[in-house]
Amino acid sequence: MIPVLETRNLEKHFGGIVASSQVSLSVARGARHALIGPNGAGKTTLVNMLTGVLAPSSGEIRLDGEDITRLPPHRRVRRGIARTFQINQLFADLNPVEALGLAISERLGTGTHWWRRPGSRPEVVAEIAALLDRFGLADVRGVRTAALPYGKQRLLEIALAFACRPRVLLLDEPAAGVPEAERHEILAAVAGLPADVAVLLIEHDMDIVFTFADRITVLVNGQIFVDGPPDAVARDPRVKAVYLGESRDGRAP
Amino acid sequence: MKTDATPPAAMSESAPILPAPLDTAIAAQLAARGRWSPFEILFWLGAVSTIWLLPDHHLILTEIVIWGLFALSLDLILGYAGIVSLGHAAFFGVGAYTAGLLARHALIGEPVVALLVAGLAGGAFGFLTSFLVLRGTDLTRLMVTLGVALLLREVANRMAWLTGGADGLQGITMQPVLGLFRFDLYGHTAYVYSLVVLFVLFLLARRIVGSPFGLSLLAIKGNPLRAGAIGIGAGPRIVAVYTLAAVYAAIAGALLTQTTAFTSLESLSFDRSADVLLVLIIGGTGHLYGGLIGAVVFRFAQDWLSAATPQYWQFWIGLILVVIVLVGRDRIGGWLAPLRRAGDRLVPWRGGRDGGRP
Amino acid sequence: MLTILFDGIAYGMLLFVLAAGLAVTLGLMNFVNLAHGAFAMAGGYAALVLVNRLGLPFVVGLVGAFVFAAALGALLERTLYVHVYAKSHLDQVLFTIGLVFMAVATVDYTMGSSQQFIAIPPALQGQVTVLGVGMSKYRLMIIAVCGLITLLLQLGLTRTRFGSRLRAAVDDQRVARGLGINVGAVFGFTFAFGSGLAGLGGALGAEILGLDPIFPLKYMIYVLIVVTVGGTSSITGPFLAALLLGIADVAGKYYVPQLGAFVIYTIMIVVLILRPHGLFARGGAR
Repeated sequence: MIPVLETRNLEKHFGGIVASSQVSLSVARGARHALIGPNGAGKTTLVNMLTGVLAPSSGEIRLDGEDITRLPPHRRVRRGIARTFQINQLFADLNPVEALGLAISERLGTGTHWWRRPGSRPEVVAEIAALLDRFGLADVRGVRTAALPYGKQRLLEIALAFACRPRVLLLDEPAAGVPEAERHEILAAVAGLPADVAVLLIEHDMDIVFTFADRITVLVNGQIFVDGPPDAVARDPRVKAVYLGESRDGRAP
Repeated sequence: MKTDATPPAAMSESAPILPAPLDTAIAAQLAARGRWSPFEILFWLGAVSTIWLLPDHHLILTEIVIWGLFALSLDLILGYAGIVSLGHAAFFGVGAYTAGLLARHALIGEPVVALLVAGLAGGAFGFLTSFLVLRGTDLTRLMVTLGVALLLREVANRMAWLTGGADGLQGITMQPVLGLFRFDLYGHTAYVYSLVVLFVLFLLARRIVGSPFGLSLLAIKGNPLRAGAIGIGAGPRIVAVYTLAAVYAAIAGALLTQTTAFTSLESLSFDRSADVLLVLIIGGTGHLYGGLIGAVVFRFAQDWLSAATPQYWQFWIGLILVVIVLVGRDRIGGWLAPLRRAGDRLVPWRGGRDGGRP
Repeated sequence: MLTILFDGIAYGMLLFVLAAGLAVTLGLMNFVNLAHGAFAMAGGYAALVLVNRLGLPFVVGLVGAFVFAAALGALLERTLYVHVYAKSHLDQVLFTIGLVFMAVATVDYTMGSSQQFIAIPPALQGQVTVLGVGMSKYRLMIIAVCGLITLLLQLGLTRTRFGSRLRAAVDDQRVARGLGINVGAVFGFTFAFGSGLAGLGGALGAEILGLDPIFPLKYMIYVLIVVTVGGTSSITGPFLAALLLGIADVAGKYYVPQLGAFVIYTIMIVVLILRPHGLFARGGAR
């Protein structure tokens, strides 16, 4: 079976610095795939290449077997890759209803309608409602994004990406910086994502990684270091030495 | 269209026969965006009433309407798409000269048709130059827009056989509007004509900025990275709104030519580009009324200040700009916020402010 | 032909001295100062008053132009500009256009609106012929003075302690702050110095560029072209851009006068689109 997302020998150089080297990653359909690695391992660089924010120096990216290496970000979204950002990238002046409405209209191809009023299509309204429910945003639906509590903003990040109905959802540290009390809400939202959406999760918290993932790729110095099922990765002595060993000694199950 | 991702489970569960309360609330929240507030209705009633209440001031009121329309067009790109321009007069000038040449050579005598043709000419020029502002930082956009306007002024200056060069385009005689209403010395016809054009174009702009397209412009302005990440392709939309703004600016320029039966290189000048920026900044960007209110303040201030010190009006414009920036644009632009809030209290104009309460 | 080249070089060097300060302010603080030309005008009129009204020697006029414009620059930088650094480019543009308009009106009020010339000493009038090419003495003097300034600037930036601090601050403000460099003071001094240079350029150029109240508006675009085309990452970029612009403008006006400034504006737009960081920027367009 063709993997839903695949990279072949992806490389990225910034001047003389190699940020990604020979990355050949394969994400299976409906996978729960975690991407881990120490700071500066090139995780976010990889996500930026996958989503088209950065152009790779060489190599290839395939979505369902189709080459998308040269597509601009918004076209990749339409093909089925959506992402969240490690640092919130939201529309400060819009509220959740407006922001979600935008993402849905864009997916339906009605985002360029210049005469219609927003909210005049019941199916869009129903979908906004479903998303607000699913991500616990119904109570704050009319609040400007900038005024939302940080945890709600993180949820909106995921909701916006999910509103694009991706085949592959890239989550870049979804719970980063969220206070302990609001964390479970985000983890529940991540755990509750539909099974047919492949999720590529970047995360530092090993507890989250090992509860969530059915496959783990370890990135070190821009290269794939180890790739395999969680128990194999956890047992791998090289991983312990290079990565787990330095931060959370022996805590992995 | 993708079909392989099934809709979220929650959706099918909550898909009801009757709309769920949340659905109704959301629809209402979105619909409230487009609702007219009493403040707006009063504004336009006030504008219309000046036709009868201030018959002696129709000449200056016509100028205000034209400045207002010009600033409104700048608001479309600056306030909604976040594109800074120092050369917006280019489109104003294209419209002004198109209308002037059409009338002077009796190509199209009827003003309304000529106005539309001038708008199209401006739009065509806007479309062609829009590709120059697609990429780049604020600074490159400033330089490019400034460069385009200077270039056009230079062309108009050199093509004196067509444009009259530094002397301006003279010998324009205007035919009656729709063949019925003659332009008179007191500017009555000119004022009503301009006001109607402004109102129609305002309605159109209001509808467009409130549409999904308008919302997506705000998204591009607010966060281009996220806009791309939810599938919004910025390029074509910037081209579209830039072209639209150029049409508006050209119509404003054409109105000036038609109502004064004259146009000159001044309509293409840097000063005009800077002035329209000032007009918009006085009233505040991003809410369509900014340009209109700014035009009223600007023109009356101009009248008053030039009466006090005739030659040095420019000094006061400069001072106003400096003060506005030092005090902070949000605070200045927000000087009419209390008024708007009063309007909001009666009927929510920009809806959703109260939607957050459970 | 050679005369045109010569005139072009003189013109270009003048433009460089006028624009050098702007290149630094733009590069250092990412600040768009459209009012840079106003300092040149201030210098020009300072020299005019010293030489024509008070009858002081021309050299004193030039020094006075530098000092006056630098002092004005320092004053405005400390009182007004500092409040605008952190604001958006749009705010910076509005603010500096405001200053330009005020400067234009003020000079119009105090000095009159007609074009004026600074009396130049007889020794600098007329032409000399070198290798069969007629050169105006005044332009030779401009090339000498501006060339000297360029050389000193280059040496100052590369060889002195202040120069290295300035370059550090241009490269990365945060790192420079971390190294204990007082970026604010460095910038204040640079701003004043750049304004002084502009003032000197305004005084030197009065003979060639003319001196009237709308000077800042007339030459704003030229100065901006030098900076945007040359880039702000080095002093050589703006210098080469200024020379090219000077030669192209003089040659254009001589050979194809009907095109006027058309060529210059077109080149600027094309360069900005193709290489937004400037024609001579290090690393080039990405």
